[in-house]
Amino acid sequence: MTFNLRQSVALAAIACAVFGVAPMAQAKTFKWANSGDVSSMDPYARQETFLLTFTSNIYDPLIRRDKNLKLEPALATKWGQSDPTTWFFDIRPGVKFHDGSPLTADDIVFSLNRANGPGSNMQSNFVSVKEIKKDGDMRVVVTTKYPDPLLADKWAALGMMSKAWAEKNNAQNSADMTKNEENFATRNAMGTGPFMLKERRAGEKTILVNNPNWWDKPVHNLTEVIFTPVSNPATRVAALKAGDIDMTYEVPPADTESLKKEANVKVLEGPETRVVFLGFDQERPELLESNVKGKNPFKDKKVREAIHRSIDVEAIKRTVMRGQSFPTNLMVAPGINGYMKDLDKRPALLKPDEAKKMLADAGYPNGFEVGMDCPNDRYVNDEKICQAVVAMLAKIGVKVNLKAQTRNLYFAKILRKNDLAPGETSFYMLGWSPAQTYDVHNVFEALIQTPNKATKKGQFNAGGYSNPELDKLADAMEQETDKKKRDDMIAKATKLYVDDFAYIPLHQQALVWAARKNIDLVQRADNSFPLWFVNVK
Amino acid sequence: MIAFILRRMLQSIAVLLAVGLVAFSLFRYVGDPINAMVGQDTSMEDRALLREKLGLNDSPPVQFLRFIVNAARGNFGLSYRTSEPVGRLIAERIPATLELSFCAAAFALFIGIPMGVYTGLYPRHWSSRLFQAVSLIGISLPTFLIGILLILIFAVSLHWLPSFGRGETVQIGWWTTNFLTISGLKALILPSITLGLFQLTLLMRLVRSEMLEVMRTDYIKFARARGLTNRAINFGHALKNTLVPVITVTGLQLGSLIAFAIVTETVFAWPGIGQLFIQSVQFSDIPVMAAYLLLIGLLFVVINLVVDLLYFVVDPRLRSQGGAARVSGH
Repeated sequence: MTFNLRQSVALAAIACAVFGVAPMAQAKTFKWANSGDVSSMDPYARQETFLLTFTSNIYDPLIRRDKNLKLEPALATKWGQSDPTTWFFDIRPGVKFHDGSPLTADDIVFSLNRANGPGSNMQSNFVSVKEIKKDGDMRVVVTTKYPDPLLADKWAALGMMSKAWAEKNNAQNSADMTKNEENFATRNAMGTGPFMLKERRAGEKTILVNNPNWWDKPVHNLTEVIFTPVSNPATRVAALKAGDIDMTYEVPPADTESLKKEANVKVLEGPETRVVFLGFDQERPELLESNVKGKNPFKDKKVREAIHRSIDVEAIKRTVMRGQSFPTNLMVAPGINGYMKDLDKRPALLKPDEAKKMLADAGYPNGFEVGMDCPNDRYVNDEKICQAVVAMLAKIGVKVNLKAQTRNLYFAKILRKNDLAPGETSFYMLGWSPAQTYDVHNVFEALIQTPNKATKKGQFNAGGYSNPELDKLADAMEQETDKKKRDDMIAKATKLYVDDFAYIPLHQQALVWAARKNIDLVQRADNSFPLWFVNVK
Repeated sequence: MIAFILRRMLQSIAVLLAVGLVAFSLFRYVGDPINAMVGQDTSMEDRALLREKLGLNDSPPVQFLRFIVNAARGNFGLSYRTSEPVGRLIAERIPATLELSFCAAAFALFIGIPMGVYTGLYPRHWSSRLFQAVSLIGISLPTFLIGILLILIFAVSLHWLPSFGRGETVQIGWWTTNFLTISGLKALILPSITLGLFQLTLLMRLVRSEMLEVMRTDYIKFARARGLTNRAINFGHALKNTLVPVITVTGLQLGSLIAFAIVTETVFAWPGIGQLFIQSVQFSDIPVMAAYLLLIGLLFVVINLVVDLLYFVVDPRLRSQGGAARVSGH
């Protein structure tokens, strides 16, 4: 007896109905691990890549990013600016939440206001927003205080939540840290996304199941996803080799080579959008930690240039990073809007004699001594990179006293203070990715513009680099809606900070994930891992 | 007896207050939780506001007082890391740690004591020497190394046991247990051995030396002269007299099994309170760290009390002398 396909499916369906089990061949469970847990199921609990990427499997945004970080329609089918200060979003019809209730403009307005409300950590995405209101059931209109060309980019990370569900469970706002009340949305979820939350055990495991009624055609073939935090890197690697997990998100650099030799495992490597760089205190008249008194050597462009051109990033790549870095001379990475490929060229390295001469011309014939701050648990091999820099600068007579410490102490020391006083550092390391907007303006605004309390610019410009011409360009590009004009401004501003040796960009570190051979997935440069691209063969 | 217990309880409260105060004075050295709580783009003003709201600018004694006042009302606050109530976070994690510690203790007791008795009775036998040599490994290898070795052998090479996690658990009320499913039981094996190995060797060596001591005493000789069976002598007379130090050590080690399950839990991604504590330290999650440290302090205090009471049961001399004072030094 032979069956054609349709009959087989029908028979299988009957078998399922009779025996009440899912057919084994179709049940695709995907198990994966990361060093830490998702801190909350609430999509606005933290502006942090891992939380945003995890919750995006449950909560769809209005507009999402594809494999190459380009925007594409999700819950909004159409969006744009009807005039410079008005944005509209047309809601996709027929979309249902996981509980079967329909998605309307009310849910969108509610979610946006919740993301901008108390307890939420997403408020910085709403600085330009004046009012959010609905226009009929399927359109949302947003008015802004000033033209904001990046609103859609900023909101591509915001998941949309059911209004009725949140109100019923008293979760209209995100958890208030100052109260002792549990927030329902911390452990439960109600979105429209490709996966539904089945079980949440904080710190232990989180189980998602396929949403059969998702509005989009699924690329994945998963029926169930089990996520477990496994903090010990050696255990993660062992579990992957043993097949207890199908994929691990962060592979320790030391284990990459051994995993590549494993027959059933593949290692995925790619550049991350974060740029790791070094910064100088260019603000204080005298450095906090230096033997130079009465003046600040880093205020002199010649000194910055000598140091910049004495740091061999290729050597750092070879030795410290074991090949897993992408040297750069810009503060933004490919994939970010405003990355200028033509300008991404590091100036030629100086020989120690040439650098010494440059320092002598600047008035430091015998070099000088300076303190350096570095984290030891934030970026890949952060402390080792700093040690390499210390050795490289020793050759040109600059004695660097390195202080490496854990991130919670480190950032408290080097970041600017509440009153925007400069960070307590002379020379430091930082990494930055414009993770909200995927646009270079965020980098200008946060890191390169002159610190200014009133306009809130330059808040993370710990060393206080300042160039008024660049400030003007950055302010203009914030509101410029003409793409051509805006790109020109970006090019000009980029050239300014590169020529000033404002910072020493080092590299983008490599994202290293590993998976079993039978797993197909997409590794996005922003280190997010959308499950809807995963296939188990 | 009652006076003794009451006195010990008062002392316990003093100990706990001291633990809490020390903990709060140390928290400032683990760093600023705010930077871990907010996104990189959060403005300095908002960071300052949050710091103020959470009371992180107050002095350690003030923070501690606020914590104690709230804790006395059963309110341990929300975790900075997960924004969940700390009390519930810990309650959810405790079963995993207790079951693991229980299995590790059982493993250590039921294998360590017989091994100790055996090596004490037949110190020159080749198998005793083998046990001694093996026990050196248990004493000298660090826990995480043992754990990783076991994972590599039994999970990666042989595929017999899971490499991490608790497996399937069954929920009974608020308690989750490993004991009712096959995968749960399998998941317990490697972590229990890892955690219990050190205690096992410790107990074995302790029982062995005590047995060697006791077997030389006169009353054992007299017992033999009376023609008692070997079994009655070895277990009835000899082993029983080794028990006072063994109980002390077991009790204190039970405390350390729970308190220092941290390493084992980290290696095996075992979702217990030890792992919770490590995660909290990395995040400077002060409410969780404070509650954990107080809980562990309480645990040691209670275990010490129970151990003291057990002496009364085991050693009749203490009962006749009412000798609370003699043992309270332990």
